[in-house]
Amino acid sequence: MNFDPRYSTRNFTSVGTRPIRPDGVDKVTGRARYGADFNMAGQLVGRVLRSPHAHAVIRKIDTSKAEKLTGVKAVITAADLPDLTDGDAAMYDILDNCMARKTAFYDGHAVAAVAAVDARTARQALKLIEVDYEVLPHVTDVDEAMKHSAPVLNDTIFTEGLEEKPAKPSNVTKRSQYGHGDVHEGFAQADYIVERSYRTEQTHQGYIEPHACVASVSSDGTADLWVCTQGHFVYRQHCAQLLGMDVSKLRVTSSEIGGGFGGKTHVWAEPVALALSRKAGRPVKLVMTREEVFRASGPTSATSIDVRIGARKDGTIAAAEATLRYSCGPYAGMWAELGAMTAFACYKLENVKTVGYEVLVNRPKTAAYRAPSAPMAAFAVESAVDELAKEVGMDPVEFRIRNAAQEGTRSSYGPVYGPIGIGPTLEAAKNHPHMKAPLGKNQGRGMACGFWFNFGGQTCTDLNIGMDGSVSLAVGTVDVGGSRASLSLVAAEELGIAYEQVKAVVADTSSLGYNDMTDGSRGTFSSSMATISAARNAIKILRERAAQTWDIPVDDVVWEKGHAIAKGDKYGNLAALSLKEIAAASGKTGGPIAGHSELVADGAGVSFATHICDIEVDPETGATRVVRYTVVQDAGKAVHPTYVEGQYQGGAAQGIGWALNEEYIYGKDGRLQNPGFLDYRIPVCSDLPMIDTQILEIPNPNHPYGVRGVGETSIVPPLAAIANAVSNAAGVRMTHIPMSPPRILAAIEAEQAG
Amino acid sequence: MVEVTLWGSLGAAAGGKSKIEIEAKDIRELFRKLAEQYPGLEPYINRGIAVAIDGTIYRDTWSKELPQGAEIFLLPRLVGG
Repeated sequence: MNFDPRYSTRNFTSVGTRPIRPDGVDKVTGRARYGADFNMAGQLVGRVLRSPHAHAVIRKIDTSKAEKLTGVKAVITAADLPDLTDGDAAMYDILDNCMARKTAFYDGHAVAAVAAVDARTARQALKLIEVDYEVLPHVTDVDEAMKHSAPVLNDTIFTEGLEEKPAKPSNVTKRSQYGHGDVHEGFAQADYIVERSYRTEQTHQGYIEPHACVASVSSDGTADLWVCTQGHFVYRQHCAQLLGMDVSKLRVTSSEIGGGFGGKTHVWAEPVALALSRKAGRPVKLVMTREEVFRASGPTSATSIDVRIGARKDGTIAAAEATLRYSCGPYAGMWAELGAMTAFACYKLENVKTVGYEVLVNRPKTAAYRAPSAPMAAFAVESAVDELAKEVGMDPVEFRIRNAAQEGTRSSYGPVYGPIGIGPTLEAAKNHPHMKAPLGKNQGRGMACGFWFNFGGQTCTDLNIGMDGSVSLAVGTVDVGGSRASLSLVAAEELGIAYEQVKAVVADTSSLGYNDMTDGSRGTFSSSMATISAARNAIKILRERAAQTWDIPVDDVVWEKGHAIAKGDKYGNLAALSLKEIAAASGKTGGPIAGHSELVADGAGVSFATHICDIEVDPETGATRVVRYTVVQDAGKAVHPTYVEGQYQGGAAQGIGWALNEEYIYGKDGRLQNPGFLDYRIPVCSDLPMIDTQILEIPNPNHPYGVRGVGETSIVPPLAAIANAVSNAAGVRMTHIPMSPPRILAAIEAEQAG
Repeated sequence: MVEVTLWGSLGAAAGGKSKIEIEAKDIRELFRKLAEQYPGLEPYINRGIAVAIDGTIYRDTWSKELPQGAEIFLLPRLVGG
């Protein structure tokens, strides 16, 4: 791969326009096929038996009665999914999460599964499976789990990252630390210090489409999997490894996806469906219920965070430190570490220290959720920053501008920044009409900044030119936010043809080289780079074909606005050849014309955003209303501005739900009390105002068009921006997310009681 | 010769060093020599390390050159949503 990804200035024709998305008609007419919309002849219904206990040893599972039930074709337990992970600890955790082996670690942990001719029979069969549990003490709270008295989930875990290996196992899997300078010295220079503790409750990504798949294993060992996922190539790797298959013998096709947000980045039910199909000899469809989605998939961490920040009288931050404790579910993760890395990333700090603790609890396995871990850290830090600005007597925006990181600043997570956009987003927020709009009674305004890394990854793309000159673009990154439209625009831009001439599809795993999944805000960043590369390779062939047609050297042929042009006065009489004309003649000039690209898209460039919001608080009930909301974020280059705005609005909407309502509520028995959308309330249209957006375009030097990822950063500032707005409206500092009406009312009453 | 800075927890696996000087032309050679000279780092390299070169983070481009005088900073391999 010889592809130069460096940015160069250019005038765009297609990129930056807002055409209708190619998948739009199917989605609004119901023709689009999601995970549960696929069916195969003779398919069985899969159902999973889940632990009713938060923590229990599985002494014995008796499946004999279920197996004898008429209509049951297969019953599996962990014995049907033997450990083939060969020491890969992360994969072993995924395997154990798919099907508990010796211990059920949380309410909802899968312990067995059945495949039957219909759903009724499958449900009956689950009731006939006898599991002998030895119930163990449990812990679901992140702070409680760190205490010496807490039940230990895994006695092979000794805290990593300490100077000396601890003598006893604990629920703290790892300690991580970041920072530079000397915080003790820094705080000694501070004239004002704010110190507070914060909590955020566990939330779910809340994707509307539950996990769903259809698995079909043939008697020759080959298999097909149709699945809703953010990364079908990654699912193929996981499933092949867990089932002991060659990856080439497992073809995975991704369906349309009704949201993922990080929750569909590793397998949950898919190995179970494949194991059932392998045992039954028939296709198996497995669709999670909403209750299963809540109990057994995806949540983000619950957190407990201490922050201390000191500033001098001139408004410069002298020192900042944070201790972050993040729940991981029952398996090790790097969630607190990501919080520790991102917490102070917006600021220029001489003295900074963050410490993260990864904590095991009897809750579902924590999964990535859109800029994973950063929103909670930003909530704590940006709340403290707001208070500190008031202590110093500065406007919160001016205070942040005074302390904002810039090119050459050493980031709180280590490296020195290149060109970055935090300053421009703050200046844009400062000058936005929203900041000057009058507030009504019981209303407060808040603002906050946010940071996320973004990344790229392995990417493979094919571009095929039909004999009529239309273009098929096959990509391997699942389209979660309109990327087929964006990538069609990029292909059209590069080839110099109309957007309507390009049709992008997400190819299955047997049709294209490996692609990392759509995460880390990488979909459009990475696949646009690969599309540009593939288009340039196709243009090389188009020029060669034109040269052949004209019988002139290829070096004398250039590609401009969708045409091959013979350059130089000696070719003055040669009419330009269009892509369509060259394609029509391709059968006689060497055959099909295509461009291929495989590359690693690195250099995604970090991303910053600033959000402003107005909240009205009812002081009698604690109820809140989002009055106005504005997102300002750097996109590098907005390929399809409507979908960039959609990402900004979507992140804000999810953040609003997280900040004000959403939380996992566990009973004393360690069981989840609210596994459904009636009791776990995500925002609906009537809860939200029109979310205003402002796209800044500060080109990423490591992408030919300057593109940056935009999918995740927009969820980082909302928790803090809303907390600052609620605190200003209610007259009391809110430190616990979600700020549900009872919590706000209690805070107001406590403040009034003094 | 390039100077490589290790993040806090990684330093402990390299005998408490936070900075290492090493002769390496690209990320691949850097990882190979780090594993040879500091065996405690090998599990971390296998698990995934990202390399920030003058502030730009590289996760997979092991052919990326390490320019003389550049700031080379090792970070954990990131996950995203």
